[in-house]
Amino acid sequence: MPARFQLVARTANPSFLDLPWDVPLEEWDSDRIVEVVRGISRHVVRFVNYDGTLYALKELARRPAVREYRLLRQLADESVPVVPVVGVVTERALEDGEELDAILITRHLQYSLPYRVLFTGRGVPDLRNRLLDALVELLVRLHLAGFFWGDCSLSNTLFLRDAGGLSAHLVDAETGELRPRLSDGQRLHDISIAEENVIGELLDVEASDVGLPPDLDPEEIGSELVQRYEWLWTEVTRDELFGLDESYRIDDRLRRLNELGYDVEELELVGGADGYRLRLEPHVVEPGHHRRRLLVLTGLDVQENQARRLLNDLCSFRAKLEQEEGMHLPDQVAGYRWLLEVYEPAVSAIPEDMRDKLQLAEVFHEILDHRWHLSEEAGFDVGLELAVISYVDNVLRLVPNERKLLAQPIES
Amino acid sequence: MANVTYENVSKVFDGAAAVKDFSLEIEDGEFVVLVGPSGCGKSTALRMLAGLEKTTHGRILIGERVVNNVAPQSRDVAMVFQSYALYPHMTVYDNLAFGLRNLKVPKNQIDERVNRAAEILQMGDLIKRKPKQLSGGQRQRVALGRAIVREPSAFLMDEPLSNLDAALRVQTRAEILKLQDRLKTTTVYVTHDQVEAMTMGDRIAVMRLGILQQVGTPQELYTNPRNLFVAGFIGSPAMNLVPAPVVGGGGDKLIAGFRPEHLQVANGASGDGLRFDARVEVVEFLGNEQLVHLVRNETPLVAMLPIEQSVTGGQDMTFAVPRDKLHLFDTETEEKVAA
Repeated sequence: MPARFQLVARTANPSFLDLPWDVPLEEWDSDRIVEVVRGISRHVVRFVNYDGTLYALKELARRPAVREYRLLRQLADESVPVVPVVGVVTERALEDGEELDAILITRHLQYSLPYRVLFTGRGVPDLRNRLLDALVELLVRLHLAGFFWGDCSLSNTLFLRDAGGLSAHLVDAETGELRPRLSDGQRLHDISIAEENVIGELLDVEASDVGLPPDLDPEEIGSELVQRYEWLWTEVTRDELFGLDESYRIDDRLRRLNELGYDVEELELVGGADGYRLRLEPHVVEPGHHRRRLLVLTGLDVQENQARRLLNDLCSFRAKLEQEEGMHLPDQVAGYRWLLEVYEPAVSAIPEDMRDKLQLAEVFHEILDHRWHLSEEAGFDVGLELAVISYVDNVLRLVPNERKLLAQPIES
Repeated sequence: MANVTYENVSKVFDGAAAVKDFSLEIEDGEFVVLVGPSGCGKSTALRMLAGLEKTTHGRILIGERVVNNVAPQSRDVAMVFQSYALYPHMTVYDNLAFGLRNLKVPKNQIDERVNRAAEILQMGDLIKRKPKQLSGGQRQRVALGRAIVREPSAFLMDEPLSNLDAALRVQTRAEILKLQDRLKTTTVYVTHDQVEAMTMGDRIAVMRLGILQQVGTPQELYTNPRNLFVAGFIGSPAMNLVPAPVVGGGGDKLIAGFRPEHLQVANGASGDGLRFDARVEVVEFLGNEQLVHLVRNETPLVAMLPIEQSVTGGQDMTFAVPRDKLHLFDTETEEKVAA
């Protein structure tokens, strides 16, 4: 008689039907089982191989298993770096009918490194900083998405090499909660759990045969994790005060956030006697998001980074407009008015004979840059009109015509 | 150690009140369970105490100190975690001690606290062992020990057993109770499971829709529920709650409540009890008792009868409830009225 179980799984994965679901995971004796280095887990975790792709199987009670399956899906939808969740197997039972725990199936990230491996073999240069950066980056992203981890640890994270650095992915969401937003208390609690867990894990590596590199002191790493997190969180989310004539600094702030890998979709300016207070909600977005969003809002189809820049400008234009008019503007209205009142007047002011030099979206991006430089030099916002004139005279005039360059045959 | 006080505490999320005007005094050393169905506000109440949620109104005190604006890590409470890891290459001592080193506790105090915790956990002779040399139960105790060594004013536990399998849940529940008995540290414990609440709490606070319904010892809640909700929520199997006229227990505007074990088979003789006829539908044998499902005027009832009582499905019988075991509730206010 075939084993009794119920599998809820995402498509494009193996059927897993040849696995012995009616046996406790610890006792599985299958050719598919492979041994993989991993962190500390309270549950039985084993890996199976299907055509070179590894899947992690974690055995735990039904309720948390189903909950974790849903949470991992939601987090992936929020573009948070999490291990891809594949399915959950419930209703398992031994041959004699005794119930077995559920099993959560996730896809193992190829080339991912559990933290213990980072301390052995081909090391990561400047491991201390890379490890901290990756973990802090992950925590900030999770907290921005409203996710309280509840058990942030190196064991619950996988690391991928990323252009010389590391990127961190969440692999265990069992204790997590997804909320509209986190309170400061929840964030602080999460960080203090992370600090204690990381110290414990590093002390454990130190006590093992592997040992730690000399520059890795567990307690120092723990407190630095907290400090770096606080710095990044503040940098990403802090309110900022601007003088009435310093609105060019909004652009500056948005650019710094972009450089840190964050985007801002909503921005609020609160006017006061001595200036504006800027409040923003940064978040993490999926690749191609800006291009699609700008197209929807304005009909402009440009490259991703250009779209990000143009959307930043649209965002600050909208915040100023809402502040001035004292009312919320729907997305489409804001997009239309920005196109009509900002983008089109700026590109229309480019002399006809210079319009082919660069893509118009690139020209607009350069105008914004130019305006920022002029404003910073002047100490006040010079405005778009003046920036366009100065840009045309001092920059665009000197730029070679890229369209023509590309159209000419390459000489051998 | 300290007492904990909620004074007219409310929490509003996006215009919706999760906790409304919640007042509760928890004595030093007391084990209080907040219980209620999902969304009743119990976890929010605990999280406000832990500092994970800000209160919208009211005050929370730990000892004499108002903690509304105190950061979670400065409140001197320990959220007991459901998944403390044990580090395999470290001894029991180091597993218990490292968190204190990080808190900059002086070394001699760390020694004292770890040894004290090991004594409480009855693991004094295992302190130099590594986790793999321990049994499952011993490991679970060391995990709890990671919270104990902090010696907080209060332990806060939010459904700490919910992710454990059935066997480990029973084992850990027993460990928590033994610990509380030895430590006498104020504990606030949240669960949706009324059986867990009844078996663990010195007192139980029942919540529903953000409102505290009743606070009392397990016995008080069981024998004297203040309203219809508490009557139906506490006890397994649940109290029979039926329109009073169905069992001849009162007028139209009343609901009659009686526990399954208070329903007796009437032996012909009339007594002071409430008597009514009902048909036996199904009998479930539970070993020393039997759970008998009845129906009267299309209203289902449940009786818990001794195994010696001869009852079969399809049988029409007369049942009785002693007057002093009958609870009457107002259908509109749902509050208890004098029986």
